[in-house]
Amino acid sequence: MPETVTLVVNGVSVEMPAGSMVSAAILKTGTHAFRRSVTGEPRGPLCGMGICFECRVTIDGEQHCRSCQTVCRNGMDVRTDG
Amino acid sequence: MGDARDLLVVGAGPAGMAAAWRAAQSGSRVTVVDDNPAPGGQIWRGGPPEAQVWFERIRSVDVEVIGGARVFGQPQPGTLLAETNNDICELKYSRLVLATGARERFLPFPGWTLPNVMGAGGLQALAKTGLPIDGKRVIVAGTGPLLLAVAAYLRTHGANVLFIAEQASSMQLARFAVGLFSKRSQAFKLKRQLKNVPYLSGCWVTEAHGKEKLESVTLVRGAKVRRVKCDYLACGFHLVPNIELAELLGCATESGTVKVDEFQQTTVPNVYSAGETTGIGGLELSLVEGEIAGLAASGKHEAARDLFPFRAKQRKFADLLNRTFALREELKHLPTSQTIICRCEDVTLERLREHHSWRAAKLQTRCGMGPCQARICGGAVEFLFGWRATSVRPPMLPVRISSLIRK
Repeated sequence: MPETVTLVVNGVSVEMPAGSMVSAAILKTGTHAFRRSVTGEPRGPLCGMGICFECRVTIDGEQHCRSCQTVCRNGMDVRTDG
Repeated sequence: MGDARDLLVVGAGPAGMAAAWRAAQSGSRVTVVDDNPAPGGQIWRGGPPEAQVWFERIRSVDVEVIGGARVFGQPQPGTLLAETNNDICELKYSRLVLATGARERFLPFPGWTLPNVMGAGGLQALAKTGLPIDGKRVIVAGTGPLLLAVAAYLRTHGANVLFIAEQASSMQLARFAVGLFSKRSQAFKLKRQLKNVPYLSGCWVTEAHGKEKLESVTLVRGAKVRRVKCDYLACGFHLVPNIELAELLGCATESGTVKVDEFQQTTVPNVYSAGETTGIGGLELSLVEGEIAGLAASGKHEAARDLFPFRAKQRKFADLLNRTFALREELKHLPTSQTIICRCEDVTLERLREHHSWRAAKLQTRCGMGPCQARICGGAVEFLFGWRATSVRPPMLPVRISSLIRK
């Protein structure tokens, strides 16, 4: 059995394979809008490699974290703003 | 890393790994720094089996690898600053290899900002890092050989890849197929993995539809227009070299690539560049350029010279690649006046059209001035208007205030 970690996305617990990125965990919970753009459009990940900043979310209270470059940890609290 | 290393390599993808390995073998003390948590770059994300020989090589020599550190500036020559999740690090070097790779080119079309419209490499990266993709209906579209690799990967992992829409014409692709003879084994493997997935040449997305997320996609092929339901659209238009750091260090560039001499040295002495930064050429070219840079940066010029013939052969293949996947004019007409071009600042095409230069557009509309610093819209604006960014300023990326006011 591969190792897993459990984190919380918008209050919902989600289990991911160890080494997964937070962006993948968010999508797995069925949340597609990670944030709202300056004119209020829903946005989600685009580049998957830390360049576009569309996947930024709040992780453990810190805003503007790029979820595609953040590895899931046990007990992590993730909030989207979409 | 307080003490100066002989060689600092920025980028732990194929070119950076090859440079580090060769330099360490030659006796240099080497540090590699990368913004991703783990080495491998984009193409070897997750450490696929075919990359193991290179991961093993890096492990076999004394190389320090710093992951999750984003280089954002050079306070003085010989020192780079990088930000980690909770700190900054100062990286001192006497020689430097810039192996910062490439990103996808994105072209705007109505609906391209909807959630679940992603880059081709973007969706693959997500799938490689934990996104369950099995049973999802995916359309892979855009241009370039990456589309084939992505479609094969997604399919192997259970996705229902409906088809691949390649904007290049069948005539262009036929020439490329002949050129592929030198890469037969790769080509056959892809063909097997993509059995029964239609590869539609001369076909491109004109609109993505949905309210809160993607629901369907409209495509055009010749006179035919059709609308197809799907869960993800993986859409990228080949690659753009990441040359921002090279520009920040004062290295000369040419047509969006870093200028290098035969030993991969840039116009700044002791600063080398290898891989996609010097022109999009794929894995084999990146590796050999990295090896040459690593050897040359360690004073092993004769050993580096031995690799020149192989590099020349790979460059020929790269030329063919870039000719084959040249963007067609029709793609310039995809965005409507209301289509957003700059996603960070939500600047529409209509607002950009009022301006005659990148600088004027930036000052008046904030296009390219958001968090991504034009890394997404820059490639599109270059294609649509022929504008290219004229300068890079530190910090290269949004960083914490505390990172800037250290000490």
